[in-house]
Amino acid sequence: MNERVREAAAAVQFEALADDAWLLRLGERIDDALNARVHALAARVRAQAPLWLRDLVPAYASLAVFFDAQAIQAEAVRAWLLRYCEVIEDDAAAESGAGARTVEIPVAYGGEFGPDLDAAAAQLQLTPALLIQRHSGGDYRVAMIGFAPGFPYLSGLEPALALPRLATPRTQVAAGSVAIGGAQTGIYPRPGPGGWRLLGRTPLRLFDAARAAPSLLQPGDHVRLRAIGADEFHALAADADTASADGPRNADAPR
Amino acid sequence: MTPQPRRDAWIEVLAPGALSCVQDLGRDGWRHLGVGRGGALDPRCAILANALVGNRADAAVLELTLHGPTLRLHAPARVALLGATCQMRFDGQPLPAARPLDLPAGTLAIGGMRAGVRAWLAVAGGFTVEAALGSRATDLRGGFGGLHGRALRAGDRLPLGPQRALALDAPRASGWWIDPDFGLDPHAPIRYRPTESAALAEAAARFGDSGWRVDPASDRQGLRLGGDALEGVLAAASGVSEPVAPGTIQLPADGRPIVLLADAQTVGGYPRLGHVIAADLPRLAQAQPNTKLYFRACDENEARAARAAAAAELARLRWAIVDRLGGS
Repeated sequence: MNERVREAAAAVQFEALADDAWLLRLGERIDDALNARVHALAARVRAQAPLWLRDLVPAYASLAVFFDAQAIQAEAVRAWLLRYCEVIEDDAAAESGAGARTVEIPVAYGGEFGPDLDAAAAQLQLTPALLIQRHSGGDYRVAMIGFAPGFPYLSGLEPALALPRLATPRTQVAAGSVAIGGAQTGIYPRPGPGGWRLLGRTPLRLFDAARAAPSLLQPGDHVRLRAIGADEFHALAADADTASADGPRNADAPR
Repeated sequence: MTPQPRRDAWIEVLAPGALSCVQDLGRDGWRHLGVGRGGALDPRCAILANALVGNRADAAVLELTLHGPTLRLHAPARVALLGATCQMRFDGQPLPAARPLDLPAGTLAIGGMRAGVRAWLAVAGGFTVEAALGSRATDLRGGFGGLHGRALRAGDRLPLGPQRALALDAPRASGWWIDPDFGLDPHAPIRYRPTESAALAEAAARFGDSGWRVDPASDRQGLRLGGDALEGVLAAASGVSEPVAPGTIQLPADGRPIVLLADAQTVGGYPRLGHVIAADLPRLAQAQPNTKLYFRACDENEARAARAAAAAELARLRWAIVDRLGGS
């Protein structure tokens, strides 16, 4: 083991997540630079596509690597991964500039689309229009996807817009709801319970198992929000229904 | 008997049972999009039930929970049931489990589970519902896969794949069967590997010190445990969401652990006490509500040895079944 590998080994903490998975912990904070390193490491491992690799799950500050335990020993996977932990510092800077996609998501704010907008604005001592402007003007990144299929946890929320979760979660949140929960913003792919503050709603389908690319967003994607009106929302929603009825399609290049 | 594949066969659901759903061995490659692996909670049972009817290991089966369904066969079919003990009747006549059964058209009724919670029903040809993301497994939380992404309902029709045509007027059970417990001691403690996190080491050790009651709110996502709550742990954890997996032992704020099962979400924010080893996960599929469960810490070597032993036993049973079917 050379000196750089030794340093990487010290910087990345390995823990057995399951018989067939390692958890690589790069830190313990929610931090954009740290998250960029996670995505850089995931991209490096994915690019190698070793035959034993089953799944890679990037999260805020950690990465899970699932492997075929019938095909390879856990120790051999760890040794292999250590080599790729070596240069992630250099990589992270390069990766955050190039390669990652930018996806634009139209959002209708307020009213029936965002029942918490007015109360959230009041709590933040902003007008609803200013809250919309600042929330939709953010430069976001998909820090991780989880909680439900296709649910993106977006980092990059302006710290002044952080809002506590509801004391009592709603039993039903509409699909496409764009919400703030603590220091994060996120989008609910499916109707269901949820405790985040609902500011608006996108007509796009975030997740559809029948599509060639089931998730609209990938971990590491950059995301821009575009405020739209009710008319455009309904027009785009009709398009989304048609596209879905047409069967599998590639959603890799959203508008 | 001339093998003449039937391509138009299906089974009708007369009564769905408590929770019956289509499962196979699950899906890989989608966890980064929040899609869990899913699949049969005891993959060994799915594999062996498939072997008993001559299917591939990854053919879709029905996973039955607590109380089985009543199914109408419109054409003869070979079926096999494996898992918890339960009563199975064909047109009122009792049938044995854990072996191939050749059935004519008629009604198959599967009753309540004893000495366990779940059983797996395989039918020759497999259930050929449309695959989603590379698997026929029902993702109940995501609402896709299986039959319309949900548990079975009365009136559902389950399509069957090509199978050998059978000509018979009465049920025929093979004279041989496999041991439904196949080698696992149902009374031994469930083994887990404690987390290496120093902050959680004490709680991880205490998890193995006491018995836990199985909460009836448990489901395919997680086995919920009640008992003396493990308190004072939350402050030790960062609370930043991290990946989780089937087997992960989570500790929510109320101090009552949850062991994640096949329908585990992909990330979670609760402190992690460690994970149940793969070899013992199938036993959690049979944990009955309100019974006691005991856990015991083990190391990586024990986990690896147990996994190898389980794989060898599964391979031995599959070969024994193939050998018997070839000779019958």
